[in-house]
Parts: sequence; C-alpha cells; structure tokens
Amino acid sequence: MSSNELQGYKKTLNSPYTGIKGWIDSRLPLIRMMEAEYLKFPVPKSLNYFWSFGGIAMFCLIGLILTGIFLGFHYKPSADDAFDSVERIMRDVSFGWLIRYLHANLVSFFFIATFIHIFRALYFGSYKAPRELVYIFGLTMFMLMMATAFLGYTLPWGQMSYWGATVITNLFSAIPVVGDAILTLLLGDFTVGDSAVNRFYVLHWLLAFAIVGLVVFHVITLHMTGSNNPTGTEPQSWDETVSFHPYVTIKDLNATIFFFIILAFILFYYPNILGHSDNYIKANPMVTPAHIVPEWYFLPFYAILRAIPDKLGGVIAMFSSILALGLLPWLDTSKVRSCLFRPIWRYCVLLFAVNFLVLMYVGGKPAEGLYVLISRIGTAYWFLFIFVLAPLVGFLETPRQPLTITNYLQSKKA
Amino acid sequence: MSDNKKPRRDFIKLSAMTLGGVGAASLLIPFISSMNPGKDTLALASTEIDLSPLEEGQSLTVIWRGKPVFIKHRTKSEIDSARNISLEDLPDAEEDSARVQKDNWLVVLGVCTHLGCVPLGQKASDTKGDYGGWFCPCHGSHYDTSGRIRKGPAPTNLPVPPYVFLTDNRIKIG
Repeated sequence: MSSNELQGYKKTLNSPYTGIKGWIDSRLPLIRMMEAEYLKFPVPKSLNYFWSFGGIAMFCLIGLILTGIFLGFHYKPSADDAFDSVERIMRDVSFGWLIRYLHANLVSFFFIATFIHIFRALYFGSYKAPRELVYIFGLTMFMLMMATAFLGYTLPWGQMSYWGATVITNLFSAIPVVGDAILTLLLGDFTVGDSAVNRFYVLHWLLAFAIVGLVVFHVITLHMTGSNNPTGTEPQSWDETVSFHPYVTIKDLNATIFFFIILAFILFYYPNILGHSDNYIKANPMVTPAHIVPEWYFLPFYAILRAIPDKLGGVIAMFSSILALGLLPWLDTSKVRSCLFRPIWRYCVLLFAVNFLVLMYVGGKPAEGLYVLISRIGTAYWFLFIFVLAPLVGFLETPRQPLTITNYLQSKKA
Repeated sequence: MSDNKKPRRDFIKLSAMTLGGVGAASLLIPFISSMNPGKDTLALASTEIDLSPLEEGQSLTVIWRGKPVFIKHRTKSEIDSARNISLEDLPDAEEDSARVQKDNWLVVLGVCTHLGCVPLGQKASDTKGDYGGWFCPCHGSHYDTSGRIRKGPAPTNLPVPPYVFLTDNRIKIG
C-alpha cells in the first residue's frame, strides 16, 4: 500500500471536532454520525403528520422497555407465583399499578402507531424501490412485536393468559407429523405450565431487544435512501428538503405529545378497557373460559385464522397474510409511488384499511353465521389485494403525473 | 504459491469447514434436548383412579400430565348412539369399540384437538353439543358420546390415553 492510500484511510479517523469531543470522536465516530444522520440529515419538506408515527412507535418502544425493567424487578415467572406477583405489583408495590397499566396500555398504543405507520407506507408507496429493505425490516419488527406482545400477555397468568397461550402454542401442533413433538419441546412439558411461563418470560425480554436491534437496521436502510414523502417523488434539490433538526424533531415531538395525551386519558380513566376481565381470574387448566378472545391488535389475524375451516390451512393463511405483504414491493407493477396520483390503487389501499378494521371486528365475535362469511370475504380481499390487484392495477390504471415537492406544496397553498 | 498447490489448500479448507460445521451442529443437540420435559415432569406421567363412586351417566375429570382426562360412565343410550351410526359420517372414522376397553367406560383426553381448549360437557348443566358428547366453546367443535369429532374445525377425535383396568373399578392412566 502506498503512503498516500494509507493517509486517505487514516483521514476518515480525523474528527471535525476538537477537545474532548474530538478525542472521543476520532476514536469512536459516533458524534460525527449522529450529527450527519440526525441533526443535519435532509428530509423532504413536504412530510405530513403521517410521518410522525415511526417516531411515536419508537417512543412507545422505549417506554415499554423502561416500564418492563421496573415490572421485572417484582414479577416472578412461575405457574404458582406469577399471578400473585402481578397482583402484588398492583396492590402493594409503590406506584406498581401505574407502571403496570402503563406497560399494558403502551403496547396497545404501540400497535396503533404501527398500524398507522404501515398504512402510511402502503398509501404513499414507501415500500417501493429503493426502500424495499426498509419495509421488510419494518414488517419483520411487526412480526416480532406480535410475538413479544403475545408472550407478554401470557405472563400475568390469568385465564386469558393461560388459554391464549394454549391456543396459540397449539398452532404448532398443526405441523404435520412432528407437530406434537415440537410443541412438547417448545413448552418443556405436555401442557402450558410452569416450564412454559419461565421460557415465555425469557423470550419476552429477548425479543424486545431483538426489536431494538432491528430498529437500527430499519433506520440505517432508511437513511441510505432518505424518507419518502406524500408526492412519492424524490427531492430534486436541497431547496426541497429541510434538516431533520429542528424541523422534524419538533414536529414529531408535537405529534408524540398529542398521542401520549390520548394514552394518558385511557391510562388514568379506562386502564382496563383494552384488556379482558377474565384475565383477573387466576389460570385454571381445567376450565376454559366461554369466549377466548385475543387482544384487540391480534383480532384481524385471528379472523383470518378462523376463516379457514381447516386447522393447518388456517394457520398457514394467518402467517402468510403478513409474509405476503413483504412481497408487495415486487408485486406492485406501477411506476408511481404515491396514491395521490393513482386513481384506482388509492381505493384498493383504502379498502384494504377498511377491510382490516372489518376483520378486527369479526375477529372479536363468535365464529358463527354471518361473521364467518364476512371473515372469509375479508380474508379473500386481503390476498386478492396483494396477489391480484397489486400487479394488475399497475397495468390497468393511468396514473396522473406526480407533482414535484415544490409544485405539491404550492398546489396545497392555492 | 504455485498453482498446483491450490487444490491441496482447497481440500484443507473444505475439510476444516466441514469438520467445524459438524462439530457446531452436534453442539446444538444438548441445547435443544434440554428444552424437552425434564425427568421430574416425566415422573408424573401416570395416575390411578377409583371409578366406584361414578354412577351411570356421570362423568369425572382427572389430571394426567397436566391435562384433563374425561372419564364417562356411559348409559345404554349413549353407547347405542355412539354405535348406531355409519362410519362414513365421521370426519375421523373410528369404531366406538376400538376406543373403549369396557363398553360403559369411556376414557379420553379432555383437550380439543383443534387448539387445545377444554370442551364443555362434563357437568350435568353443561351444553353437550349437537351429538350429546362434548362441545368446545373456543371454535365450536362438537364431539359425540365416543369423543369423536362430528362437526367443527377440530381435525381428529379426542385421543384415548394409554390406560389399564387394574381391577373392575380401578384404572391406571399412563
């Protein structure tokens, strides 16, 4: 290697800062990185409030981890102690009720933010090239979120915890031939019990931090391409961008505060409204509650599970409903990203969102009569949307010419 | 390095990687195996039950391996209703006689084969489903008086656990 080359290599270690900051930064280039990626990072200046939900979700995640650590100081993961230790947190631990209600309700708000965040990606075409990996890391996090939320819900060891855990772990028994052996291996027993709750607790922690790890990848991939925006067109010049700080930081903070005010209202006035009263009854392996209902954020997927009259088929449909969404960047054939300029696809996406809410509604109803029919139609549309409409509409529709960011902002003012 | 040395170097690399791979894979065995039920759990694998207090028509739920086992002292009409049907009507065809050791005693696992809920039908006041046996409230599976699936999403009949009659009124499950 020539000395010039070596110098070039070393130059990257030279910090732009001086003093202690420079000393640290030339050894650990974190300060430099944070400045480039957060303080001076250019984002399109046309972002609307839909773009705040990623940040809101991140605040929810931080809140969940913090409250989770403090709950973990008091919780005991065993079939005998779990329920009582949660009741002790609620009654005897100083502010335990607050920390537990925060943890339980933050999950729901984490899901609300994530659902809106995913809708944003679908509506404005954020999943399309070159942001496919941003989207796929996002969906992966969403699946880990569901796994983590499920594991967390089993920990209080109430009736819903126990029977939810039984029903969901039994999904593995749908695997042909080896299903039952796998289930026994996963539970460490022939049923959900002492061994399972211990593992669920460990995995609940592990997956929470796996999500944090994926957030890093989500953000790295996002910062390679830059943010999408309502027009779906990339910024053409520096004029069409603003710096992340203070513009986006303040806007996101504003949105987060509004969002958390709603959380505070639920937290202090209706802390149990999103839960199920049966979960205040200690787990009883001999008695199944009359209606087992999963948490509200699982209901659309639960509806898909029950829409298929075959055990293995239902399990496959449920898991593939999310996995199939990951194919969207390659199935959508349109060159235009944003639904603002796509006259047909726009209604397909809006219907997909409505369909999601309908599935959520029927997922909470007993699996009989009309509800089954509706859940089947909803499931059919879910897959039709991904595998038929996405490729087809791209060919059929004539999109409008997308506006540039500058023109879009002018047209909004006019 | 001359060219004719390369294949030899490749061979060494490949062997080392293979051996390392096999070693790493075998290291997985103890870890995966540790997840299975321990000896203490397996030691609880059999239960003895006295059947004498059970009148005809009554049922008893006992725990075996942490799961409920339904023991039903069947009446004549319940036995008949389990026998007088055509096997073609059953999603999981099985003769009633192959599911019992003594006609009036039915012993089945009380765990719905769909997703593991405990079906209703053990108490006199419970709903017993359309076929007079058990009804799973979770996803609507109906079982008959032989514990066979008749209607609903469950794929198979309620399994019969291994058991032996120690005396006329005493059985051992497991």
